[in-house]
Amino acid sequence: MSEPSDRALDRLRRVAQWPDLTGTRYELQSEVARGGMGVVYLARDRELERDVALKVIAVEAADADTAERLRREARTIARLEHPGIVPVHDVGTLPDGRVFYAMKLVTGKRLDELVKAGLPLRERLRLLLRIGEPVAFAHAHGVIHRDLKPENVMVGPFGEVLVMDWGVAKHRGDGNPASGSRSPTAEGATAHGTIVGTPAYMAPEQARGDVEQVDARSDVYALGAILYFMLTGRAPGSVPASPDAPTRTWAGPLAPGASRIQPPREADKDLPRALEAICMKALAPEPALRYPGVSELSDDVARYLEGERVLAHPEGLAERALRFASRYRTPILLVLAYVVMRVVLLLVARV
Amino acid sequence: MAFPETRRSVVLAVKSGDAQERARALDAVAAAYWRPVYRHLRGRWRAREEEAEDLAQGFFATALEKGWLSRYEPARGRFRSYLLACLEAYVANERRAGRRLKRGGGVTTVPLESEGPDGEPWELPIADATDIEAEFQREWARGLMALAVAALRKRCTGTSRAVAFALFERYDLQDHEPAERPRYQDLAGEFDLPVTQVTNHLYWARRELRQSVLETLREITASEQEFRAEARALFGAEPS
Repeated sequence: MSEPSDRALDRLRRVAQWPDLTGTRYELQSEVARGGMGVVYLARDRELERDVALKVIAVEAADADTAERLRREARTIARLEHPGIVPVHDVGTLPDGRVFYAMKLVTGKRLDELVKAGLPLRERLRLLLRIGEPVAFAHAHGVIHRDLKPENVMVGPFGEVLVMDWGVAKHRGDGNPASGSRSPTAEGATAHGTIVGTPAYMAPEQARGDVEQVDARSDVYALGAILYFMLTGRAPGSVPASPDAPTRTWAGPLAPGASRIQPPREADKDLPRALEAICMKALAPEPALRYPGVSELSDDVARYLEGERVLAHPEGLAERALRFASRYRTPILLVLAYVVMRVVLLLVARV
Repeated sequence: MAFPETRRSVVLAVKSGDAQERARALDAVAAAYWRPVYRHLRGRWRAREEEAEDLAQGFFATALEKGWLSRYEPARGRFRSYLLACLEAYVANERRAGRRLKRGGGVTTVPLESEGPDGEPWELPIADATDIEAEFQREWARGLMALAVAALRKRCTGTSRAVAFALFERYDLQDHEPAERPRYQDLAGEFDLPVTQVTNHLYWARRELRQSVLETLREITASEQEFRAEARALFGAEPS
């Protein structure tokens, strides 16, 4: 062979980067996904005769920070034993110096793919509740995810929801992320001014690199951004609000210089006001104006699903009546039918 | 992972005051860029085999003679892009000169003809600069890989590593449809080796290939920054 064909060239460019698994129990099969920090490969665990996902640092071991971040991610996930968080089986260093960890191989679809495929609204909202569960669990264990976005959520073939990519998670020493503790553990320390995460889903305090301000409410913001994506099919901020957009949100005044997110109903008038209110409250620029925790956000979404009044939205009388009618449609119809029948019987009896 | 030690950049050596060193550096540049230049001439400029060879030869000779490559400034961009710009200008000039001679007399006129002396089109299909650059980059990558594969083959031939190259050739180098690619077990049977040996040989060959490519890259780039950018362009990730 003198020169590689196009297909062989593409393969050579890929395989030259493949990690060296010599001497390990893993046998590399193919590349699955590539991110900023690492590459995920499908590999065969020869000892246990099962397929696993291997996340291997994309840049060789010389970048000690990235290597440490990958190790930290593995430790974080291992600590968080929850059905909504992918279990880690193994962590180590490959013969070529690259850090890796092995985890359960997840099959399914990413949330963004599901939403774009037209998943019904109520199904999307139920998924949001499922996403909130492992996030709330992590918060209870002092871990803030900091990079929640639809691309980091996998939905399995049996509806199982998995929150992925804990690579930039932050650890709080006191196990109560919203308590106002200002002592991040050394393990999760991020220098002030360092910005980690994905801009479109990032809370303002995170985007400013204000590490001390980042707590559970930053994840609440990201969940609000995911809800925004579920409602509109777009990330918040991808369409700027109109020039005459209000300087207040449902939750209060906008902080000076804060980006004004176009409310979902500006794009689609048919969206329920209550859902828009929940979304915009979670997306409030000031952490104090958001839901204090993921549970409170989930509870409000659950209330909406149950047809109850949501806390984020002060209803008018007509709106309340409509919601009441919608929630109790069947008994109301039965009562109405009964009344009509009695009236008809009465009229017949008079004749 | 061990990385290629820093070698002297031949891109910088073409600026040397020593004529011999300059010529040696140009030889090294030509060795690395001959294939992409030739393929570019064949593909984009539709040159026939012989003409492409002549143009490539002429380009490198003129570049040495006129000191084009020594005028390259690393701060202004990648050497590869600079070389491509020089090549485009050189071929355009050569083609214009060819037309003038055909008209009989070196008189500068506005080129109107659309066919060359062999009846093939001279005018190029409209392509934007990004396409040209991407096409050249692909040929450059192909050339680097071809050099590295040749070096690996040479290194393995007649040694105990010959089996590693044979496995690498069967598994990674041959142009398989993904579904037709042999499995590790198939290769183990074919070469009478345990599967672990198959994978070990493959890892070794891939590592050597990558090492070889990075060594060449190190030579044909002018700075650490450019080296990293080119490695990223080639592999999608930076080397350390």
